[in-house]
Amino acid sequence: MLSDGAFYVLSVLAVASGGLVFVFDSMARATFSLLTSLLCVAGVVILLGLDYLGIVIVLMMTIEMAIMAVFMIMYMMNPAGLMPMTMVHNAKGAGLICGVLFALLVAGIFLAPWPAIKGRPPEDVTMDLGLSLMGPQMLTMMTLGMALFATIVSSVVLATRRGRYDRLGDDLDAEAADDPVRGGVGR
Amino acid sequence: MAESASLWSILALPLVLGAFAVGAATVDARLGPGSVPGPGREVLRLLVQQRRVTNAADQLLLRLGVTLLPVAAVLAAVVVPFGFTALSDLPDGIVWFNAMEALAWAAVWLAGWGPNSALSMIGGYRFLAQGLAYEIPHMLAITTAALGAESLRVGAVVDAQSGLWFAVWMPVAFVIYLASALAMAFWGPFDQPVGSDVAGGAAAELSGVDRILFLGGRWLLLTVAAAAAVPLFLGGGHGPLLPGWAWTLIKTAAVLALLLWVRRRLPVLRMDRYMEVAWVALTPLAIVQALVVALVVLGR
Repeated sequence: MLSDGAFYVLSVLAVASGGLVFVFDSMARATFSLLTSLLCVAGVVILLGLDYLGIVIVLMMTIEMAIMAVFMIMYMMNPAGLMPMTMVHNAKGAGLICGVLFALLVAGIFLAPWPAIKGRPPEDVTMDLGLSLMGPQMLTMMTLGMALFATIVSSVVLATRRGRYDRLGDDLDAEAADDPVRGGVGR
Repeated sequence: MAESASLWSILALPLVLGAFAVGAATVDARLGPGSVPGPGREVLRLLVQQRRVTNAADQLLLRLGVTLLPVAAVLAAVVVPFGFTALSDLPDGIVWFNAMEALAWAAVWLAGWGPNSALSMIGGYRFLAQGLAYEIPHMLAITTAALGAESLRVGAVVDAQSGLWFAVWMPVAFVIYLASALAMAFWGPFDQPVGSDVAGGAAAELSGVDRILFLGGRWLLLTVAAAAAVPLFLGGGHGPLLPGWAWTLIKTAAVLALLLWVRRRLPVLRMDRYMEVAWVALTPLAIVQALVVALVVLGR
């Protein structure tokens, strides 16, 4: 009963604050409205008995949205997201696409032949979810994780403006690195 | 084994935490140079102060930020056991603690953004940079404590220290935790987000009740960070003669005293410098510490 109520409250809040993202005219408000929506989703995940996943969603999304606020404001054209701006482009087309997609998803929820509950829920829901999602594909997932990480590192290396030759000279034999900002480890 | 607490402790938790924070603030004011007003007088002064209004401020986000800071601190304290009893000994308590302190990132940024003032915003941005610097070694440090206990439950971490304290055989993780406790509460050597070089940074435009909530929330955050060091690294309520709650109080007070002392001994660190230290030195050290603990746990 209590969890039913919490589910409905959190769901309505999640959808409402998700919708507000497109209504607000401030980058900061839109970002934190999105964060509110995601925190409500985390609450729903916790209600499903997946405490760990729910709390990790809170942790990851809070940090991610806080950092995203900085980047969004920094990279916006026309004084850097500090001024009021609209959050939508191509409003009619986007509205149409989103409306059709939402209708399709809702229809899917009601039309899908959901399996009936057999037996009781497992003791550790998170463990079971993890096994059924990743169990047989653990090697694939580990490889994929390493590949993604390598991609991040190499794209940073490719994108960085100053490499080691700029810092330590052509023969990499400079005594101290030539950095625009001094300080840090032993300099 | 940690037991779950009764309902009245929901009310007691903020009070105990608040009392500790006020105590620490009083001691800090007494140690201060000249006549720094204690927290009581300062709160009274702020309560009667006229609220400062800035042009085109985002009041909603400002209020959200200043309120979120103390709320996040109290929510983080939910999993910290008093003696052997936590308000809620969640199975993922350590992740919960980390998630709540992450809310402080959002809170400080919001409080800096809200007043529509350049110096406040610089303060808020500084805290995000600081968060990026301290969070990775910090996460690795608290993960190491969880690894030593083979559980994310704070109660289980306390149980695992009935013999040897984690601070003894995970010294690197403990020191990194203490440093990040200061950084988390943007306090002492890490107070650049509210630094005097930017006229108070994120707190520059805060006045009246807003300022009480924000600076009070910062004290609460410092207290919670110190209190969480006790179950994570200092054996929680374990100790000879005295009962568990007394040991928790003594150890928390000792950690807080250490943090107060550090503030008076160390200069304020520039964030770009700390960033490099955190990523080039502390992160590898924390990983090596976690590896050592993992090998010990595997060998048991």
